[in-house]
Amino acid sequence: MAHYQVNKTYQEINAKIKKGQAVVVTAEEIIDIVRQKGEVEAARTVDVVTTGTFSPMCSSGALLNVGHSHPPIKMARAWLNNVPVYCGLAAVDIYLGATEPTSDDPLNKVYPGEFKYGGGHVIHDLVAGKTVHLLAEAYGTDCYPRKKWDRHLTMNELTDAILLNPRNAYQNYNCAVNRTKKIIYTYMGPLRPKMGNANYCTAGQLSPLLNDPYYLTIGIGTRIFLGGGVGYVTWPGTQHNPVAPRAANGLPLKPAGTLMVTGDLKQMHPRYLVGVSLLGYGCSLAVGLGIPIPLLNEEIAHFCGLSDADILMPVVDYGEDYPNATGRVLTHASYADLRSGVIEVEGQRVQTVPLSSLARSREIALTLKKWIQEGAFLLGEPVELLPSCPRGEYCPPRAGGVAEIS
Amino acid sequence: MHAEILVLHFGKDIVDQPIIYRLVKDFDLEFNLLKATIYPRQEGIIVLELRGHPKNFEAGVKYLKNAGVKVQRVASEVRRNDERCYQCGTCTAICPTGALHVKRPEMEIVFDVEKCSACELCCPVCPARAMEVSINRNAVA
Repeated sequence: MAHYQVNKTYQEINAKIKKGQAVVVTAEEIIDIVRQKGEVEAARTVDVVTTGTFSPMCSSGALLNVGHSHPPIKMARAWLNNVPVYCGLAAVDIYLGATEPTSDDPLNKVYPGEFKYGGGHVIHDLVAGKTVHLLAEAYGTDCYPRKKWDRHLTMNELTDAILLNPRNAYQNYNCAVNRTKKIIYTYMGPLRPKMGNANYCTAGQLSPLLNDPYYLTIGIGTRIFLGGGVGYVTWPGTQHNPVAPRAANGLPLKPAGTLMVTGDLKQMHPRYLVGVSLLGYGCSLAVGLGIPIPLLNEEIAHFCGLSDADILMPVVDYGEDYPNATGRVLTHASYADLRSGVIEVEGQRVQTVPLSSLARSREIALTLKKWIQEGAFLLGEPVELLPSCPRGEYCPPRAGGVAEIS
Repeated sequence: MHAEILVLHFGKDIVDQPIIYRLVKDFDLEFNLLKATIYPRQEGIIVLELRGHPKNFEAGVKYLKNAGVKVQRVASEVRRNDERCYQCGTCTAICPTGALHVKRPEMEIVFDVEKCSACELCCPVCPARAMEVSINRNAVA
């Protein structure tokens, strides 16, 4: 068990937030602070580091209760704006998945399919206050006799609307290239032949789980920025894999941790929940998500101090290796190199293409910072941290150790 | 020297005439062909960059119009809906002219209409469908 020089609690930090005295910086701003002051002093002076990310996150959806009709219906099949929703719940509870296309979408029959509208777009339209068409069919029961329901509704008319995303905020992710001779269309965007481009999708040093790689502060009950409103981490996300291989600095070298997140859709904003169409692949939802990381001690400050140059992303061939699930990684590229516009793969210079919006990720980190500074957002102390993995004993920097972190 | 990307619409009555050849021969203009298609009803469309002395450029465009070619200036053809664009950068994978590019280190996605050849490749590739083809009536001469 490490002995820290700084030991702060959630309660202490929240008390400062309530008084408007908390020192809050973004995950970009903390890097220079740690470099200049050292980890201990950074942990002492800064209370919260805000992160942010804005990317397509396919494993997303909304749990909706549409209210009962007169006479009542137990919906067996239903569509919102012609997008099929899942009805295998109670009478009027439905789950709208972000990647579900409209029922008459030509899909990839005309390749590459355009996937113009899907579940993610319905979520965006609902949040934007637009009217959505609900069509429901039922077999009819003694208690729920109605067999068809055709109505228009807006978010306000829904009894409940909960954003319930099983897997968001992937900690690190593949950088995709295509070594074949034909262009391919993937969930990582279009990949030109012979490694014409390398697509990557993370906010790097702003990304939530890359600032707390061992989940020392993130767990069930962590209060977060979600879709422009307030949400919570409610469980480890599906495929959460803390034991993925890690670099010496503790950051994973492959896709690792994930988050299941939940929040009241009714208080979210269309700017941070955008339906997307991925050519040749399908529909999805771009989600804005930001997590506040309390600097409870200098080890957490140390991890927040890691920068783009410390983040290594696996470069994977989506032409052959990914569809054949070979698991092969061609090389690793640092996020700093990816941001520079060109990386080198197998001796070839490859143009890099971002799929995450760094501009909007930064905007989210700044918004969350503002909320906390204004005392409008308190930290949620996790009742249980996410499953993690053993880490090396944290060695506090030596006296005068500040100089070595130049 | 003046350079501009133009969309030329050829009716089926003139599609077989050596019009581009005359542009080069008689008006001393350089062209860089970006797209050329003949549609089922035999009307043709050519997208090209035309370059030369401003006077020659003007005379060349006049010649095209007199020859029955409908000339559209391209720069205003594809536009970005800035409300929809969330600045990801997917379009930069596919843009052949560099009109869509990343401004570093800010990582802002810039759309330089001057460089746009209106190939429209970005339109279906944009996840937010922010790239729109608009018919700018002013550009139709």
